[in-house]
Amino acid sequence: MITILGPLSLSSARLPVYSFRVPAGFPSPATDHLEHAISLDELLNLRAPHIYLVRIEGESMVGAGIFDGDLVVVDRAIEPAHGHIVIAAINGEPLCKRLHRRGQEVALLSENRRFPPRYILDGDELQIWGVVTFSVRSHDPKA
Amino acid sequence: MTQKPEAVFALIDCNSFYASCERVFRPDLARTPIVVLSNNDGCVIARSAEAKPFVKMAQPYFQVRDTLRRHGILAFSSNYALYGEMSERVMTVIEGMVPRLEVYSIDEAFAELTGMAGSLDQLGRAIRARVRQWTGIPVGVGIAGTKTLAKLANHAAKTWQTQTGGVVDLRAQASREWVLKHCDVGEVWGIGRRMKAHLEPLGIKTAWDLANADARNLGLQFSVVLEKTIRELMGTSCLALEEVDPPRQEICCSRMFGDRLSELAPLREAVASYTFRAAEKLRSQRSLCKKMRVAIRTGLFNPDEAQYAKGVMVNLPYPTDDTRLMTRAACDALERLYRPGYRYSKAEVMLLDLCQRGEYTDDLFAVSQPAAAERVMGVLDAINERWGRGTLRSAAVPAAPAWAMRRGLMSQSYTTRLDQLMRVR
Repeated sequence: MITILGPLSLSSARLPVYSFRVPAGFPSPATDHLEHAISLDELLNLRAPHIYLVRIEGESMVGAGIFDGDLVVVDRAIEPAHGHIVIAAINGEPLCKRLHRRGQEVALLSENRRFPPRYILDGDELQIWGVVTFSVRSHDPKA
Repeated sequence: MTQKPEAVFALIDCNSFYASCERVFRPDLARTPIVVLSNNDGCVIARSAEAKPFVKMAQPYFQVRDTLRRHGILAFSSNYALYGEMSERVMTVIEGMVPRLEVYSIDEAFAELTGMAGSLDQLGRAIRARVRQWTGIPVGVGIAGTKTLAKLANHAAKTWQTQTGGVVDLRAQASREWVLKHCDVGEVWGIGRRMKAHLEPLGIKTAWDLANADARNLGLQFSVVLEKTIRELMGTSCLALEEVDPPRQEICCSRMFGDRLSELAPLREAVASYTFRAAEKLRSQRSLCKKMRVAIRTGLFNPDEAQYAKGVMVNLPYPTDDTRLMTRAACDALERLYRPGYRYSKAEVMLLDLCQRGEYTDDLFAVSQPAAAERVMGVLDAINERWGRGTLRSAAVPAAPAWAMRRGLMSQSYTTRLDQLMRVR
């Protein structure tokens, strides 16, 4: 039985390369247990063409754990749905809010009692720019 | 015997690419007309659709400043860091959807779709939708049996955007004929203004006229390239996908200064900086160079200023990619060129007579580049790759030169600088 594979093509995936010394003495007991180094780039999918970083200003999402000055990772490939935290533009103004979509009712909700919900009305133009997947904040008191 | 499937190509082209990039991180500009200016804020090099009726391509900025203000058109300095990054994203998205891709320029790519199953029109629409959603950049897609026709299909998709939805497939005879008849011969890929002037007296005014001209005869009269163009318009594929760029035969780094320079010292900084950049490009394509040309000039269009322009060729002692050796050679050359009393506006460093590393055979007794130099350059490139361009420089290259290009209207580096990300409340 022969399986014909498709044509090989270049990929940007990087594979780790290990150089092994042919052991003249005792083989390293670790060579059987090599794994990838941990990469935050991979966890956040930072190198993908649809992932962007955005800086948050203000207090409107503190209830969701997103504070002034935090970075958020935004995925533009995810279809935005009710409950997602999104970067959205209302009439051209970009905002970070939780998307509320129930029946005909669409609103952008803050996670802070001081900010009322923003309902999307007939004359409004709403563009969902992307969906927030992670946030990054510095805990360095000097930063 | 199996029949070879009919060749199919697609040309995917970003609409008003630079202007579209400026909009991605500025949703407030979705409907604002935009122009982008060339280096040094010289002239208009890109226009959004809304700006096109009011500003012509290549118009000097100072001439159109009032027109821009009157029509509420926003001008941006060119932000190549942003455009380069967005281009890479667009190309990566397309690469994931087609079997083979040739990135033809910063904003267009040919894909080969030969043998692909399913509706190619739908594939075209899927590419358009995904690139738009993932990157915010609008693209048009032209599909046809040859690269020349795919390019024309793309032009048609752009011209009749509302009727076509930005995707045009010219594989059917009837649609091919319609588009060829409705396109000026000057819109055909490879037909420049001069060739158009040659063709018009022969009664060739539309792409259709050209497609029906005698390919061999015109080929003999003008060029083989024209013959291929005609055959491609008739549906015979003559140009294949070129996936790998051949290494460039010359590398040039030249820029206008933000302000005129009269002293030798800042000129030396500029020449060293351009040499540094050119040598980086040289190493990234794994070439060595044997000659350099250094040139400086004053402004050429101001009649009140004394004019001077001169270049000099430098032979390097051996084929090299060593920034240090090349900087020394370039600065020596500059000292020979420099005449006091002029106001210089531009310097240029060109690397010539390139050879691929490993391809040139050493003369047994010739000197070649010492291995130590290669190690030093390797470390230099590795550091700048890791920590950003310009982290490690030769001492002659300033970090923030006073003579740098004017880019007073530049947008942020949204995708390449953590301190310049899009800000959202």
